[in-house]
Amino acid sequence: MAGEDERHLRERLSRLRGLPLLRGARLRGDLDRFRKQLDQIEAQPSEETWRLVEIARHSQRPYTLDYVDRLFEDFVELHGDRARAEDPALITGLGRFNGKTVAIIGQQKGRDLNERQKRNFGMPHPEGYRKGMRLMEIAQRHGFPIVTFLDSPGAYPGVAAEQHGQGGAIARSQALMARLTIPLVACIIGEGNSGGAIAIGLVDRVLMQENAIYSVISPEGCAAILWRDGAEKVKAAVALQPDALHCLNLGVIDDIVPEPAGGAHLNPDEAARMLGESLGDTLDQLSALPGAQLRDQRRDRYRRIGVYSALGAEPALRNGS
Amino acid sequence: MAEPRIDVSIEHKNRPESSDGDRKHPNTCPSCGSHYRDDELKANLGVCQQCGYHYPVGARDRIAQLADQGTFREEASELRSEDPLGFFDLRPYPERLAEAEVSTGLGDAMVIGSAAIDSEPCQLAVMDFSFMGGSMGSVVGEKLARAVDSAVERRVPLVSVTASGGARMQEGILSLMQLPKTVCAIEDLRDARCGFISVMSHPTTAGVLASFASLGDVIVAEPGALLAFTGPRVVQQTTREKLPEDFGLAESNLRFGHLDGIVPRTELKPFLARTLRLFSNGR
Repeated sequence: MAGEDERHLRERLSRLRGLPLLRGARLRGDLDRFRKQLDQIEAQPSEETWRLVEIARHSQRPYTLDYVDRLFEDFVELHGDRARAEDPALITGLGRFNGKTVAIIGQQKGRDLNERQKRNFGMPHPEGYRKGMRLMEIAQRHGFPIVTFLDSPGAYPGVAAEQHGQGGAIARSQALMARLTIPLVACIIGEGNSGGAIAIGLVDRVLMQENAIYSVISPEGCAAILWRDGAEKVKAAVALQPDALHCLNLGVIDDIVPEPAGGAHLNPDEAARMLGESLGDTLDQLSALPGAQLRDQRRDRYRRIGVYSALGAEPALRNGS
Repeated sequence: MAEPRIDVSIEHKNRPESSDGDRKHPNTCPSCGSHYRDDELKANLGVCQQCGYHYPVGARDRIAQLADQGTFREEASELRSEDPLGFFDLRPYPERLAEAEVSTGLGDAMVIGSAAIDSEPCQLAVMDFSFMGGSMGSVVGEKLARAVDSAVERRVPLVSVTASGGARMQEGILSLMQLPKTVCAIEDLRDARCGFISVMSHPTTAGVLASFASLGDVIVAEPGALLAFTGPRVVQQTTREKLPEDFGLAESNLRFGHLDGIVPRTELKPFLARTLRLFSNGR
């Protein structure tokens, strides 16, 4: 397998060298990089990556409400977006954490068939995100910190979801989070996929469990588009690198939360204790900061994320000339 | 259970069919079959005079259509994508980038700069679908953020014209982070009380629809544009639902309250000028 990929890549490399390049296309050092990629193919622990995806989606892995039960006292769930519907795929509520009231927003998967259908496999409709925004406004008004739990295959891709404004709801939920002057913490506890996850993920600190995944698209979706074959999901997962360490190295998350040996599903109580510890430290740090500073730092944080380069000085192009 | 597929990715809507013999000439209207010479098409801004079909228009042409002659000053043209993940699917990402640059003459899928529209000063951020499906990676995110900074500095409104399949998968999680990045930038724009007009052209989908494009003070679209978080193909495959005929189209979005209006390309410049004038409020 590696030999075939290698041949393929070498072929591409020679083509790449032959391309008539405009000013700008960067190829310097690419040869080295491709060599590294070739090494990677050979050493790629693709089974390891796929095992991680499976643990992140394990049917016995604790879901949002499992952590809510174990971490928050006096939890009161709040329902409905006050406009159209109640969305059980995204739960919201208030509870007490270490004696202080916090607002909780999280995607919720179901364990048995009935529950899965009721929770729509953890895929929210726009109504769910609007319910979340309603809770954010309550939290802002009362100064409650917000803890979000990310665990979703993505926002629901259905006709009604589109008609009710899925894209706009995800955008506006993020925009509201960029305005809040209260501490915001996200916990990635299973799979954080695409816009459906980031809708409640624009926060001050991101905690990610060691066996969770965080990605721009599900491996299946990526395989279907780039490989034109959903069956290439393992290759897609390896290419996307959705693991916590990779996310930490890129500055996308702030802390990797350890799990009990073998994964959170083997000992949910211990997994909750570990997550609670990290959450407690994080909330303590954030609560010490003034709200405006939190908001400004939050925006700075996201505005700095990205990897790109700049060409040497060149004249700017103008139209009409 | 059916694997849910959430598409924050390139919808290959506008891609030519794979090399079969009956590929139509790009100047032939796919809607009514009318054919135009290059100069005819250009003179009518890429709109079919028979049926009103809007041909795809690249970033440079779009800017030429909107900006007053000689007023556009490009910014951040030196930015280029890197390959932080060492990503390759069927092809290495740097090769896709190099080819896109060669074929489009653009550094990435967005062009930004200052301009005047009918003498109204503004900042433009224009996307180009022909550069890797208009996908948003680090460079597109950074350019949008810089366009905001430039607008705030000059105290002018921002006009974005989007055409995108969504986040760029080849930059992985960094592409997803361009959603919150551009959202934070737009919040800075709002705090500075600069207006934001979002023009959605075909297609504006997934990660771009789910971030800055949906945050315009005024949002308009071109006729027939697909504006959807998830494209029709994936919705159909995932849910097996029967799709309405106008699924995800601008006309449907207007009906459901997601747009302020549908503006044909031939009326876009005067519309923008009028709206910009209202936001500048005599300043």
